Amino acid sequence: MGSLEVRNLTKDFTIRSGLKRSKLRAANDINFVLEPGKTIAIVGESGSGKSTVARMIAKLEQPTSGDILLDGTSSATRGRALVDYRHQVQMVFQDPFASLNPFHTVEHHLERPLKLHGVTRGARETKEQTYELLERVNLTPANVFAAKKPHEMSGGQRQRVAIARALAPGARFLIADEPVSMLDVSIRLSVLNLLARLQREDNLGVLYITHDLATARHFSDEIIVMLRGNIVERGPSDEVILNPRHEYTELLLAAAPNPSNHGKLRSEVRADLASTGRGSQDPLAPSGTSVR
Amino acid sequence: MDESVREHELAKSTESASPRDDFAVDGLPLEEQPATVAFANTAAVAAREIPVKRRILANLPRRSPKLIVGLVLTFGIVLFGIIGPFFVQDPKFSGNPSLQPPSPEHLLGTTQLGYDVLAQLAYGARGSLMVGLIAGIIAVVLSLAFGIVAGYFGGWTDEFLSLVTNIMLVIPGLPLIIVIASYVPSRTLLLVALVLGLTGWAGSAVVLRSQAKSLRNRDYVAAARVAGEKPVRIILVEILPNLLPLLAAQFLFAVILGILGEAGLSYLGLGPVGSITWGTMLNEAQLGTALSSGAWWWFIPPGALIALLGCGLSLINFSIDEYINPKLRLAPAAQRSVRTARKAGLEVTSNRNVNDDGVIIDAENENENAKRVGE
Amino acid sequence: MTMIPKTSPGPLTSPGHDRYVDALTPVLTARNVSIEYEVTPPVHAVKNVSLTLHRGEILGLAGESGCGKTTFAYGLNKLLKPPALMRAGEVIFHDESGKDIDVVSLEGDNLRAFRWDKISMVFQGAMNSLNPVISVRSQLFDVLTTHRPNMTKKQKVARSRELLTLVGVDPDRVNSYAHELSGGMRQRVMIAMALALQPQVMIMDEPTTALDVVVQRGILREVMRLREEFNFAVIFITHDLPMLLEISDRIAVMLRGEIVELDTSEAIYTKPQHPYTQKLLASFPSLTGERGDFVRTGDPAEGRG
Repeated sequence: MGSLEVRNLTKDFTIRSGLKRSKLRAANDINFVLEPGKTIAIVGESGSGKSTVARMIAKLEQPTSGDILLDGTSSATRGRALVDYRHQVQMVFQDPFASLNPFHTVEHHLERPLKLHGVTRGARETKEQTYELLERVNLTPANVFAAKKPHEMSGGQRQRVAIARALAPGARFLIADEPVSMLDVSIRLSVLNLLARLQREDNLGVLYITHDLATARHFSDEIIVMLRGNIVERGPSDEVILNPRHEYTELLLAAAPNPSNHGKLRSEVRADLASTGRGSQDPLAPSGTSVR
Repeated sequence: MDESVREHELAKSTESASPRDDFAVDGLPLEEQPATVAFANTAAVAAREIPVKRRILANLPRRSPKLIVGLVLTFGIVLFGIIGPFFVQDPKFSGNPSLQPPSPEHLLGTTQLGYDVLAQLAYGARGSLMVGLIAGIIAVVLSLAFGIVAGYFGGWTDEFLSLVTNIMLVIPGLPLIIVIASYVPSRTLLLVALVLGLTGWAGSAVVLRSQAKSLRNRDYVAAARVAGEKPVRIILVEILPNLLPLLAAQFLFAVILGILGEAGLSYLGLGPVGSITWGTMLNEAQLGTALSSGAWWWFIPPGALIALLGCGLSLINFSIDEYINPKLRLAPAAQRSVRTARKAGLEVTSNRNVNDDGVIIDAENENENAKRVGE
Repeated sequence: MTMIPKTSPGPLTSPGHDRYVDALTPVLTARNVSIEYEVTPPVHAVKNVSLTLHRGEILGLAGESGCGKTTFAYGLNKLLKPPALMRAGEVIFHDESGKDIDVVSLEGDNLRAFRWDKISMVFQGAMNSLNPVISVRSQLFDVLTTHRPNMTKKQKVARSRELLTLVGVDPDRVNSYAHELSGGMRQRVMIAMALALQPQVMIMDEPTTALDVVVQRGILREVMRLREEFNFAVIFITHDLPMLLEISDRIAVMLRGEIVELDTSEAIYTKPQHPYTQKLLASFPSLTGERGDFVRTGDPAEGRG
């Protein structure tokens, strides 16, 4: 099985403010190879260009320059060839409240890709396949969920539908753009675990876009750290997290909440204050004592 | 080793990652909008128990007095236009005595030329409704083509289509209609409707364009593109259904505009030749000096029907508005719950004795205070 | 519409917590607070919750969307608007002067004077809270003019600049408008406003949720520092339990309108008792621990709270 390769991918956005035009480089010379069965995480803060990379690979944005190669051949931008590309490369969006059409049922969302990519023939086969997809993402009983509309489901359930939709064409590569950041914390891991199981079952190549270093480490093989459109560090995930080489990665790691550090921030702050000579004297006392 | 641990744990936790788990904790944001949440909650419950048909009904506009009055007025007039002509005499029969006030023979009197006003009114309803309907359909189709296509595709398509829309928008409507209408030698009913439709779409196109522009950036449209849907299908299946209420409202508005436009044109003597509409009736009444001769039965009925139909359609429009904008629809219920909360709030009082500043002055607390001060 | 029975067991806690609390002075006490949304059917957002906040402590209030944490915080400050209604319970503020103030019975001017002066709030998403057409200066002035009518203009200017310096914003930005500031700076300005009257309690509702981690860290550090300097108590509301574990002294875990566990951060981290707390903790994989270590004890998804 081939791979999905990104070569020198660059994207410029033109910003118009009044008569002035300026260029913003959202992604600069991005290269990586995604193999089936592997996960690459792109980590960065807002504005780092990680989502732009995802949208270019999903063919929602046109790259300014560079190439996206599927199985070694340059991928198409239009026509039948583009449909073939989409057949292989699918995407899960960040916001499950926005990525499902409020007008349509779950069934509609899953049926369309099945029909479009000729996965199934005839209404019965399509229905069976739809139910099977729902069962794969643990939305059971499938017939109940198939008839639901998006607003009748919780965020986690919606995201499962979105994942099922991405799997429907039989994709080999999945781009997951912050798939759990809009979900409640207690269900995030179960959705990520679901993704991991599906990946194992279908030998999917997954591009995991996230700002969360911890899940990036646990759920991916390789981590790419992006800062203002550029890749600043990359490597095996344990390597990047445990032995960061770039100072930005170190900064991100230091900023991530870490429960095992509890109390540390306070003692740091206290030490800082002590060194500047401002202690915890209470300057509050003289202020107004009556309620009025 | 790492890998195997991970696999093991992943497998373990996915097994029990049933949807029910997250149903329990993945609640709706209660804090944000209790009124809408309550609505969503009931909708979710309904989905589980109530069959599909009922659910569709539940989604339709509530049976508000507005909607009922609007529907009664509109359907009454439409019915009158359809059935009325079968029960009245020939509207062009001039053998009646002229300018008779209402009487048992002629319920709404007769005109200067001896036509029966009720008969004219019934046939006129047909004519006016026809003009409104055709003009409405043409306007909606054009506004769809110019608005949604421009909004969805963007770029040069948008620039060009918007230019046309904007030109149509700034050309004053009635003068243009007058020019076109007076330029064409034989003005049939169809032609007048066509002219009204062609000049009345630009406003809705602007609204639809901005709507389509915002919808095209929704993730579900992007998702449809990633799934491989063609643009035409995305517009028709993903975007249009979400615009249906808006389209319905714009259609009704276009119908009202068409009927009013036709009446205006006819009153100016530029209406359809050879057909009877409420507008041509008004025009004839004016030419026949009905006003000065006090023949109120000649001009009031067509005028009143135009007003009533406009009123009825507008009321339906308001109900659609409430449907499109849940805030409008939920407003009365939300108001009610605010009122009950306020009323109930008055009953809930503090059981502490407090002074004017809200400082607690009961004895038990004095002790506590003393203790704290003592510390 | 009926009163909620007061028989529900209190939150899980540990003897260590009681010992810890004994040494502290309360500043805000909520007893058996029940809050309902008067919609049909009524929604019980907060059910019979009791909580005591102590002088100078950071109390974390953890929970997910819809658990009632924001509603409860609003109730503490009498900020609830209909259809939300406090059905029962009392909220007492123990002022420094030794007076106890019954927050529930405050009305009108007393309430206004109380609110920002004694308890201030930092809301989620500063971009929504700052007025876009008024400069930072005027907004700080507003607070000062309302509550400290005797201050001269010169004093107010000085105080505004001082406040901005305190929260780590260049005092020359005092004439800026909200849109000229980054998200992190706006949130800092909000904290400066909350600090303006030197309140004894600050309620922070997801103050850093919309921000990037690096910016978030800077703001947390600032809050911690200010707390050390001015010794106000903080109620910090968030769904991010690891962050709470780092910064707070005690943590209350809320689930469906009730506090299910209340303990010191230490105890919550080392010996979480309630299955929901355990589930929440398990939801955050450790950054530097073993791979697969994120499943802390047994099966995370089993923890049905």
